[in-house]
Amino acid sequence: MAKTIAEINDKIKRGQVVVVTAEEMIEIVEEKGAKKAAQEVDVVTTGTFGPMCSSGMYVNIGHANPRIKLGGEACYLNEVPAYCGFAAVDIYLGCTHLPDDDPRNKVYPGEFKYGGGHVIEEFVAGKDIKLTAAAYGTDCYPRRKLETWINIKDVNEAVLFNPRNVYQNYNVAVNLSDKIIYTYMGVLKPDLGNANYCSAGQLSPLLNDPLYKTIGIGTRIFLGGGIGYVAWQGTQHNPTAKRKDNDVPCVPAGTLAVIGDLKQMKPEWLIGASMLGYGATLTIGIGIPIPILDEEIARYTAIKDEEIFAPVVDYSKQYPYGEKPKVELGEVSYAQLKSGKIMIQSKEVPTASFSSYPKAKEIVEILKEWIKSGQFLLPEPVASLPGPESGLTFKPLKERPIE
Amino acid sequence: MISERIVLRFPHRLVEQPIVYNLVREHNLEFNILKAYVTPREEGLLVLELKGQDDDYNKGMNYLTRIGVAVQPLSQDVIRNDARCTHCGACVTICPTGALVLDSITRKVHFYDNKCIACELCVPACPPRAMEVHF
Repeated sequence: MAKTIAEINDKIKRGQVVVVTAEEMIEIVEEKGAKKAAQEVDVVTTGTFGPMCSSGMYVNIGHANPRIKLGGEACYLNEVPAYCGFAAVDIYLGCTHLPDDDPRNKVYPGEFKYGGGHVIEEFVAGKDIKLTAAAYGTDCYPRRKLETWINIKDVNEAVLFNPRNVYQNYNVAVNLSDKIIYTYMGVLKPDLGNANYCSAGQLSPLLNDPLYKTIGIGTRIFLGGGIGYVAWQGTQHNPTAKRKDNDVPCVPAGTLAVIGDLKQMKPEWLIGASMLGYGATLTIGIGIPIPILDEEIARYTAIKDEEIFAPVVDYSKQYPYGEKPKVELGEVSYAQLKSGKIMIQSKEVPTASFSSYPKAKEIVEILKEWIKSGQFLLPEPVASLPGPESGLTFKPLKERPIE
Repeated sequence: MISERIVLRFPHRLVEQPIVYNLVREHNLEFNILKAYVTPREEGLLVLELKGQDDDYNKGMNYLTRIGVAVQPLSQDVIRNDARCTHCGACVTICPTGALVLDSITRKVHFYDNKCIACELCVPACPPRAMEVHF
């Protein structure tokens, strides 16, 4: 018998809701079967905690006297350039942006010790941030220069708005060359010296709802320690990607754009990160509840690491230049990845993760408590995300020479 | 038998002294140099693994202290800032000595500082930069 979201919300309000984590759901379904589990469990919590580069914040700093229009010339937050091509005092800071004087990869590999992600972490932590801006001046906005400290508690709005987060599965990165390489998937040692992956696997939100049957636009989520929402499908959303018989993609597939009030968030769930030789980014904690509406969704949320596969990709030639390796690198399960070593081309390769499973576990427990306490209801999505039936694919750039 | 990893700091006046040679010749100690450099102000820093009989080892330590070398255990020099570590595990394949190891049950990263040789490879490889060097 199917349940509705309204019925689940009623149970939440009455304090009778049954919430379990995606890890606990594995055992429940194994023990009782999907049908019984669907009757007994109302909500399964999922979570992930990893670096997500397509993230940033927008802030309205309030009007100065005399007024200034920030767009048109440069604006910086702690020396990191912010985008201000909006109305007068709205600015957006992307987490991968770097100070103008950062040496980048001039001294290779660059360290990228401080970037937009670090500014966001400090801003959320309540530290004063130095804003410097120049402007060209207009009759209504005459001021040409602004230098001031700003603080999250004083600004009008501070919103985390991330165009692409929560990747549904991801590549396992290796290096087939004879030189060490520095990538967004970490340091990769030569000749298959290590293999890096980045997914919470069986706890990861979109791997527990592979066809986006419950997660949609308007879904309420745990975002950076506060409450956020799914705003849209993320950029590069690729629902037609290859899937296994259990509907779970075995390559990077769906993504989410998410939004939430930064003033509610906490710095332990938004951590500025530095990828050696690559750049700065932001490590984000996200948790998504899945209402167990029927047996099929119960089965989906019981997915375990052994049943989720990720492709092994060479980041020396295959990823950057599209050159296929001479011998197929194949795919591995998250259970194999989490064992600490995998076999590639009959070589034992040690594995490392960039997504923190212990932090993802903390998130699913927090979200479980929020729902149980009655303060976190599950809104019905206002629209679905494009699924496989949409035919939507992820296209490469078609370069056209400019004469 | 004793085997310790220690950090020696010596002032400018001792930089040209054959200190390790004396540890070997006078005190029968076995050594493995893990790191050595002279700072721009010409103070010396030497990270050593020293092995020998207890008695020889203690005499060797007395010799170092007597001539003015500051000695401290290596484990105090590379530390993990637990407030920044997210336990992602990015460091475990970077560490060459198995000082950073993933717990297969909790999936948290353990830092065994007695196995650390202060190579510092983990420092820039850690995304939240939780590994800190305090030389």
